[in-house]
Amino acid sequence: MVEQRKPEEGFQEAPPRVNEWRRFWKVFLQRKIVIFGLVVFLLLVITALFAGLLAPFDPYKNVLPDSLQQPSGKHWLGTDIQGRDTLSRLIFGTRTALMVGFITVITSAVIGVTLGLAAGFFGGIPSMVIMRIMDSLMCFPMLVLAMLLAAVLGGGIQNVIIALSVASLPGYARVMNGLTLSIRENDYIMAERSIGASNWRAMVRHILPNALPPMIVLVTLQLGGIILAEAGLSFLGIGIKPPGAAWGAMVTDGSRFLRTSPILTIAPGVAIMLVVFAFNMVGDGLRDALDPRLRGLL
Amino acid sequence: MTELLRVNGLVTQFNTESGVVKACDGVSYYINEQEIVGLVGESGCGKSVSQLSVMQLISAPGKIAGGEVIFDGQNLLDYQANGPQMRSVRGAKIAMIFQEPMTSLNPVLTIGQQLTEMLVIHMKMSADAARKRAIELMGLVGIPAADSRIDDYPHHFSGGMRQRVMIAMGLSCNPKILIADEPTTALDVTTQAQLLEMMRDMVERFRTSLVIVTHNLGVVARYAQRIYIMYAGRIVESGMTKDIFAKPRHPYTIGLLKCIPRLDEEEGTKLVPIEGLPPNLINMPATCAFLPRCSYKIEKCYKEPWPELTPVNGDHFIRCYANTEVKPSESKKR
Repeated sequence: MVEQRKPEEGFQEAPPRVNEWRRFWKVFLQRKIVIFGLVVFLLLVITALFAGLLAPFDPYKNVLPDSLQQPSGKHWLGTDIQGRDTLSRLIFGTRTALMVGFITVITSAVIGVTLGLAAGFFGGIPSMVIMRIMDSLMCFPMLVLAMLLAAVLGGGIQNVIIALSVASLPGYARVMNGLTLSIRENDYIMAERSIGASNWRAMVRHILPNALPPMIVLVTLQLGGIILAEAGLSFLGIGIKPPGAAWGAMVTDGSRFLRTSPILTIAPGVAIMLVVFAFNMVGDGLRDALDPRLRGLL
Repeated sequence: MTELLRVNGLVTQFNTESGVVKACDGVSYYINEQEIVGLVGESGCGKSVSQLSVMQLISAPGKIAGGEVIFDGQNLLDYQANGPQMRSVRGAKIAMIFQEPMTSLNPVLTIGQQLTEMLVIHMKMSADAARKRAIELMGLVGIPAADSRIDDYPHHFSGGMRQRVMIAMGLSCNPKILIADEPTTALDVTTQAQLLEMMRDMVERFRTSLVIVTHNLGVVARYAQRIYIMYAGRIVESGMTKDIFAKPRHPYTIGLLKCIPRLDEEEGTKLVPIEGLPPNLINMPATCAFLPRCSYKIEKCYKEPWPELTPVNGDHFIRCYANTEVKPSESKKR
């Protein structure tokens, strides 16, 4: 059966092909603010990766004679009460912030998406059990739940990640559940089942990729929120333990010297703001670029 | 010709808030090897549901409440709906093509990924072999430049082309039966004709039986050897295509044929629509469901329950008491 059928006459010509990737980048990089967000994001990642090389001083070493210095050529952002270089601590704080942010978001997204997908696909009792647990987690404001868990588990970066992951789980599960419920009703899922595909295949290969664009946007937008929450926990003293460098803790420490050395509070504050802003911008850009209504256009 | 599939007394019902809807109520039919069978009826008469039931693809609130589907000496309804045995029948032995080509392909996977999927599942082909076979199949169903188009996404294809892909998909594992659920309803007329011709060639070549589910009598007249006419969840008339078109016996079929314009008609002849609407399938009376719309009704129709399919002439069966060989106007005169 190698002979080819002759293409019928009057065959409808396919619409011109659009390279999805090129279109994605074009829309993504359309807004300057998104480019700004992306640049900040990349700079942060580089800073976090090469913190050891970039930091001019050891962020943990106390140099008491240098305590509470104003910004100068030697200490660009001054020093804190223990004489530690603020800039160096800020740079190492980036590492903490991004690590908590990424690990938390990935853990909770993976677990949340799995739960939401299973609940949406199987419906019935599994859906009842999973979604009601998620609802009960959702009753608490995220920060309060994270505080509760952090207080129970104790401080430290690991427990902060666990607390924040649990607290942000219901969001992912809910969104994924909703997406699954709507995607599941599509004809192609029925067609897929009619060719003998298993539930697993229908879920992983057909529903999941269709739900990915909104999930990617959700993840990026959540990243900023998680970093903010981590700063909040550290600010309240139940997050990263001293002498670990965390922006939230730096704000707390600096607040005592707000009048004499405002830079101690302003520097980490600006860093937090910048990160959250950058991630939200990147998320917005992704949302526009992944908008399915634009698929195949431009 | 040997019998491939026999459906006996299939009952599929949907439990809705306002009552039980019997979408299929005692549907029985058979399909022979390498035969093209037409299943005709209005929207909502249960023709699609009967086919989905054969594949056990009815999802809640629907339920197959009775009957049997004998395929290869095995009752398919004994298999667990989504178990491995049922899955090995779906696609590999009985394949299905759906009505809406625009939504029957997953938008995020390439045509190739979707075409090869079945070959890998059922035929245990390697990825390379499956890809080659997929290109070959795409060529067979008339997609030009298949080797470059295989990596395209569904939105690069027009409706007719997508339906061709669906047909290629349906045939890819050499199924014994291909069920085409209104395969051309969503396409324009010229594409319809091309696709139906192509489908006929394909089932001949693959030695597959074809079930065409449609509301278009013209489609089955040309392609089907046997026809089943469905009304309100039951088969009301069955027989060879030529018999039914030459001498329809059930009042519903007669009505349907009167609604179709004919080229050999005298000018000015009016089409006669069937009065009224199909019945609500909830709480149906025991009497004939077509009774309120029937112009042949006799007294017996009101008293006795809907009759079973009874032979009128060899292979020709109807489910009716009235003598439909006499025109209703003439019978009134007498």
